[in-house]
Amino acid sequence: MLSLVTFLPLVGALVILLAIRSDGAARTTALGVSLLTFVISLGLLNGFDTSTARFQFLEEVEWLPEYGIAYRMGVDGISLPFVLLTTFLTPICLLASWESVQKRVREYLMAFLALESFVVGVFCALDFILFYVLWEAMLIPMFLIIGVWGGPNRVYAALKFFLYTLAGSVLMLVAILSLGYAGHTFSVPALMALPLSFSFQVWLFLGLFASFAVKVPMWPVHTWLPDAHVEAPTAGSVILAGILLKMGAYGFLRFSLPILPDASRFFIPLIFGLSLVAVVYTALVALMQKDLKKLVAYSSVSHMGFVTIGIFALNQQGLEGSLLQMINHGIVAGALFLAVGVIYDRMHTREIARFGGVAHVMPVYAVIFMIFTMASVGLPGTNSFVGEILILLGAFLANKAVAMVAATGLVFGAAYMLWMFKRVVFGPIGNDEVRAMKDLSAREVALFLPLLVLVFWIGFYPGPFLNLFHASVEHLLTQAAVVKTGAVTLAPF
Amino acid sequence: MSKNLLIILLPLVGSMIAGLLGRRYLGNAMSRLVTIVCMVGALALSIQAFLAIAVGDAPTVREEVFSWIVSGQFKVSFAILLDRLTVIMLVVVNGVSTLVHIYAVGYMEEDPDHSRFFSYLSFFTFSMLMLVTGDNFLQLFFGWEGVGLASYLLIGFWFTKESACNAAIKAFLVNRVGDFGFALGIFTIYMVFGTLDYAEVFRMAGSGQFQPTVDFPLWGTVPTITLICLLLFIGAMGKSAQLGLHTWLPDAMEGPTPVSALIHAATMVTAGVFMVCRASPLFELSQTALNVVTVVGASTALFAATVGLVQNDIKRVIAYSTCSQLGYMFFAAGVSAYPAAMFHLFTHAFFKALLFLGAGAVIHAMHHEQDMRHMGGLFKKIPITYTVMMIGTLALTGFPYLAGFYSKDAILESAYAAHTTVGTLAWIMGMLAAILTTFYSFRLVFMTFHGAPPKDHHAKHAYDHAHEAPWSMRFPLLVLAIGSLICGVLGQSMVHEGWFKEAIFIAKGHDALAHAHHVAAWVKWSPFGMFLIGLALAWLLYIKTPTLPAIMAGHWRNIHQFLLNAWYFDRLYDRIFVRPARQIGQGLWQTGDVTIIDGFGVNGVAAMVGRLAQGLKRIQTGYVYHYAFAMVIGLLVLITVYA
Repeated sequence: MLSLVTFLPLVGALVILLAIRSDGAARTTALGVSLLTFVISLGLLNGFDTSTARFQFLEEVEWLPEYGIAYRMGVDGISLPFVLLTTFLTPICLLASWESVQKRVREYLMAFLALESFVVGVFCALDFILFYVLWEAMLIPMFLIIGVWGGPNRVYAALKFFLYTLAGSVLMLVAILSLGYAGHTFSVPALMALPLSFSFQVWLFLGLFASFAVKVPMWPVHTWLPDAHVEAPTAGSVILAGILLKMGAYGFLRFSLPILPDASRFFIPLIFGLSLVAVVYTALVALMQKDLKKLVAYSSVSHMGFVTIGIFALNQQGLEGSLLQMINHGIVAGALFLAVGVIYDRMHTREIARFGGVAHVMPVYAVIFMIFTMASVGLPGTNSFVGEILILLGAFLANKAVAMVAATGLVFGAAYMLWMFKRVVFGPIGNDEVRAMKDLSAREVALFLPLLVLVFWIGFYPGPFLNLFHASVEHLLTQAAVVKTGAVTLAPF
Repeated sequence: MSKNLLIILLPLVGSMIAGLLGRRYLGNAMSRLVTIVCMVGALALSIQAFLAIAVGDAPTVREEVFSWIVSGQFKVSFAILLDRLTVIMLVVVNGVSTLVHIYAVGYMEEDPDHSRFFSYLSFFTFSMLMLVTGDNFLQLFFGWEGVGLASYLLIGFWFTKESACNAAIKAFLVNRVGDFGFALGIFTIYMVFGTLDYAEVFRMAGSGQFQPTVDFPLWGTVPTITLICLLLFIGAMGKSAQLGLHTWLPDAMEGPTPVSALIHAATMVTAGVFMVCRASPLFELSQTALNVVTVVGASTALFAATVGLVQNDIKRVIAYSTCSQLGYMFFAAGVSAYPAAMFHLFTHAFFKALLFLGAGAVIHAMHHEQDMRHMGGLFKKIPITYTVMMIGTLALTGFPYLAGFYSKDAILESAYAAHTTVGTLAWIMGMLAAILTTFYSFRLVFMTFHGAPPKDHHAKHAYDHAHEAPWSMRFPLLVLAIGSLICGVLGQSMVHEGWFKEAIFIAKGHDALAHAHHVAAWVKWSPFGMFLIGLALAWLLYIKTPTLPAIMAGHWRNIHQFLLNAWYFDRLYDRIFVRPARQIGQGLWQTGDVTIIDGFGVNGVAAMVGRLAQGLKRIQTGYVYHYAFAMVIGLLVLITVYA
């Protein structure tokens, strides 16, 4: 089942490669495959038992038994939501690029489908080597999407993205190999039980941290993100903000906390410190951005700062808030990038100063953009409120000073978003280019509609979503609380 | 579906229908009709609830609607709590809202965008109802931020105007600063009590089941309840525009006048007062918090009144007046006279909505002129408006047997009868503010309706064509005028002991209100003395010798400027918050990200990037998928073979 969800998109990509020549047919096929994948992934929900923290839909195939490497797949309440988020956002991304991508369409679609496969695989992988392979593999289509279909400065941005993440990955690989060597297996559930010595945990944590922190991204390794976003095509930005940014935080949840609990607790001050800097620093930087996409990109860094704080608050509210907020951010930041894409497609600029008075010519767009802006600001009734309030509550219970500084993000976040919104949407019509813009087409409305539904659904009735997390988060908390400073280590550590 | 739930949902339904279908399908007239019908329905049900609970003796209603957020021990529901405190708010909110909906039919006539306006108004009402009916602090916060959004949308309703957009953002942000404190207060409540339900929190607080102190950053060890109350009160200061966080309210006058009447006078801005009364079981346990509330309230009452003295924009005068009257309500709460605060909230809703809507009628008559210096002698032109404005003014200033006479005097008497230092201080400041209130209120009436008609060409033209408002506007004015005449008499039982039952808790020994009924006659009648002094001064300066104000302003130029610029709060905040935030943001971006992180950290890499880019340019010409799949498969093979 998991393999089906994981590899169906890749099969779709192969079909396009081998059997389809026309762009139109390729588009339809890609969309069809991604929708089918989404429907099948919804089937996972049906069979998923929320009362247990165990991994479900397990699959295991021998790969390299002498090294303890196998094709191991499985999901729990922490990974399943991300699988669904991925399969949910991919069709939206494909639909978003329906008209805006006109060159090398088939290759573009293949890259996107391949990306979906690898990302879903990353969230399902229960073998550290498998995880690493998919984690790296995912970089390639993403790199290509930015580097080929991106803006004028795309090659620089793509390389910056690639090098940043690769630098982190190298250290992660060292950590993974030493962990597997010490534990004689790369099975993640087995490694969770390994009694590692404290100093070894610390080194492993730092190795993994290098990679996860880049992906989140945490301050100060965040500067690749604004460039990548600015140059990426709209759908690339959506997938980048919606899913790829979640993988770092997912790494903390899946590996750092359960495998290295002592080191994780040891590094709480570091994480809190960097996250707080991210929340405040990038919010202030976002305030001054002149480019719409950069503004949303910096806001992402700020929002992800909340997420890492919630994770390392190490209590139920903080963790569940973080998980929910990652879903929320996927929805809201994704939608904001789509919203930027809509006016970019019409005016071919993202410079805030060139807009103004958009509400006069695009009233429907203005309303939708407003709703997502408010969701980004964390207004009650929207999904982000539930996530943020749980994160801040969790942080407050863990450390009041951290929660206080983080909560200033509520004020800054409102400042840059509302100011941006005013300059773009309100005011008199800025110029003739704005005057000539047409309101949303049916296709564009269809892009936003499912996202809107989720914004309010989670805002008013987050129960079904939180319910997915409960058992796994409780289990994770017991794992993270274990003092396991045992004997297992490697010679130099 | 229960009737009580309908009270909250009807405005939401109206808002949704007008908002989603109005522009395209329903048109202006139907949008108005739908929202007004929903409001009338909600009002009728509210009155029914009011009669049952406040007039009759029906028990408190508590209905859980559905479970909202559950995470571990943290459980919060949407619920409806109807007790005497809530039903008063229901009647005030739905009553004024319905009248404002009707009034807006006439006032917004020339505006093309009715569906949006009425949708926002109804949405505001829904949020406000969520705020007052909640049975827990998080639902309160839901409504609290929801009304903030509605306020933002309505202040910025005319979004083409730069000033309106800026005012909207300012209102949102200043309120967010307050909400920052409010949220921390909620977290502290949860940390200490393990729940956010009013009933549970108040029960545990009352029986002392909580840790006595909390360590708080920058503050050290603080008594728990004091900390909670002060944090919540920061929220109240934002929402109710108290000194320090008041700067958004005068600017909010950029919104259409019906909005000012509904949101920025009668309902939303009183949410802070409501919250303090609702949380009286907590505030009563902290003398420190009560003293802070008293001092802030009294200072605001006096401060805003001084600023109101010299404003020339008719709406700004009333806005500062609102700010000042909210201060009265707070210092009433601060001396434990919560019922007096609620009573004044109730009467204030009538006469302040009346004054705003009356001012709207004046502005409507004068073709959007708001500067009182371009008015004068209007009473001949619009006698009905003049009459209702006069009633509102008399009610506000405490003319005997009108609304303010009962409620404001109850507040002043309570402050006096508290016999505490802060109570007496509040009483003195309140008395001074009462003189100023009468002065600026009559100054408004005199400048607008009395004296000579305006001379300059433009204003004279407007004056010549001034006309009474249409019936849709006149009807709400008349209803509110009648209300302002009688609501004091009708509502005075509210301040009798125990009227609020368990909805308001007053600790033993905090008997300012009980003693207020027995203060000496001179205390009872001294507010009327203040009224006479204020009236005499206003008459002297604006009827007898209308040249005098200009001479005085010239003579005491610094003081005049100081008051005219509202004590320079805006300039101060701009210097110490707004500009530095932008400068720091710019600095962090250009110096932090671009120069330091990218410069040092990524620069070495970037040099390499340049070389690599040359080689990688082929990506754009080669077959992309070759690279993609070659790299994946290569990696897999590499690992398999190597391993």
